[in-house]
Amino acid sequence: MLDSLLFGLSGLSEGVVHLSRHGLPNVVMICISAILFYLAIKKGVEPLLLLPIGFGCLLVNIPLSELMETGGLLKFLYDIGIATEIFPLLIFVGIGAMTDFTPLLEDPKILLFGAAGQFGIFITLLLALAVGFAELEAVCIGIIGACDGPTAIYVTSQYAPHLLGPVSVAAYSYMSLVPIIQPPIMRALTSDKERTVKMAMPKKATVSPRTRLLFPVVVTVATGLIAPKGLPLIGTIMLGNFMKESGVVGRLTHASENEIANIVTLFLGLAIGATMDGHVFLKYQTLAIFALGFLAICVDTAAGVLLGKLMCRLTGWKVNPLVGAAGISAYPMAARVCQTVGQKFDKKNYLLMYAMGANTGGQIGSVVAAAVMLSVLKGMGLI
Amino acid sequence: MDTWSFGLTITIVGAGGTFVTLGVLIGIMSLLKKIFPVSTGSDSRTS
Repeated sequence: MLDSLLFGLSGLSEGVVHLSRHGLPNVVMICISAILFYLAIKKGVEPLLLLPIGFGCLLVNIPLSELMETGGLLKFLYDIGIATEIFPLLIFVGIGAMTDFTPLLEDPKILLFGAAGQFGIFITLLLALAVGFAELEAVCIGIIGACDGPTAIYVTSQYAPHLLGPVSVAAYSYMSLVPIIQPPIMRALTSDKERTVKMAMPKKATVSPRTRLLFPVVVTVATGLIAPKGLPLIGTIMLGNFMKESGVVGRLTHASENEIANIVTLFLGLAIGATMDGHVFLKYQTLAIFALGFLAICVDTAAGVLLGKLMCRLTGWKVNPLVGAAGISAYPMAARVCQTVGQKFDKKNYLLMYAMGANTGGQIGSVVAAAVMLSVLKGMGLI
Repeated sequence: MDTWSFGLTITIVGAGGTFVTLGVLIGIMSLLKKIFPVSTGSDSRTS
C-alpha cells in the first residue's frame, strides 16, 4: 500500500524532477513562448500565427508531455499538415482568394519590382553557405528572403525539416517587422527629389473582367511549364484567385479566405511551435538563421529601391523609387509602408495603387522564385 | 560539385530564371490586356 502511494506520488512529481535535472533548454523556450505571446497580444505582431506558435512551443517544452511522440496531438498535426505540405498550400488558396491582382494588371511592368524583391534570397543563400550551412539548409534559409511564410514553410518542411521552427518564426517575425525594417533603408537610398516623384493615376480602367479571369489560368500554365516543381505553390494561389474572379463559387471563395484559412492557420501555428523543443531549437544555428533572415529582408528592400531608381531614370522621372520597396511578399504591409513613407515627404503624393501592384507582384515573385529554385535543384539532381 | 559552384549556379540560374519567368508573365499580362480590352459598359474597375 505504502509502495503504491509512493509510486503514485512519483508519477505526479516526474515532470518537475525532469525539468529541474535536464530542463534548462525547456525553461528558456517557455520564456521564448512568453515573448511570442507578448509580441502577439501586446504589440499585435502577426497574432494569428505567433500566438498558436507560442502555445505549440509552450506545450512541447513541458517535459514528458509526449505531445510530439507518435500518437500525440502535435505530432499528428505535424504529420498531416506539415510533413505532407498540405497546410501551407491550403493557406495559399486563401491568399489567392483574398488578393486582387488588378493594380498589377493595370501596369504589368511593376512585376519587375516583384523580381527585385527576391534578390535577398540568393544573397542570403550564398552567405548561409559561407557560414557553413549545408546546401539544402542554405536554400531554406535563403527562402526567408521571399518574405513569404507559407513558401518558407513549404520549402523547409521538404528539404530541411529540422530547421522548420527557426525558419518559419524568423519569416513571420520579419514580415511583421517590415514597417520598422524598411523605412530607414528607403530613406537612405533615395534623394528628396526621388521620394517626391508623383506617379500618374490612370484616367480610366484598363483591365477587363475577362483579363482578370484568365490571368490566374494563364499564369498557372506558363509558370508550371517553366518551373513544374513549384506548381503546387503557384497553382494553389491561382486557384484561389480564379475562384474569386469567376464569381460563381462564392461559397468556396468565402470558405477559402475564412473558415479554411482560419482552421489551417491555427493548426499550422501549433505544428510549427511543436518543432521548437528547447533541446533542438537552442543552437548557434538558430541565431545565425535569424541574423541571415534579417539581412535577407534588408537586401530585398534595397534591391527593390535600387531598381526603382533605375526605372525612375529610364522613364524620365515617372516612377517613384519608393514603390520598389513594396516588391516583397508581405501583403499589404509593404504597400502601406511605401504610401506612408511617400506621404511623409509630400502629403499629396498617392503611391498606394502602384505600391499595391508591386506588392501583389512580390507575392507572385516570391512563389515564382521558390518554384524556379526547386526546379533548378531538381535539374541539378539535388532533390 | 563543391559548395561554391552550387551557390553560384543556383544564384545565377535561380535569379536569372526568376527574372525571365516574371518577364514572360509581364508579356502575358500585356497580351491579355490587348486581346481583351475594356469594352464600353463592362464592369472593369481600378483599385
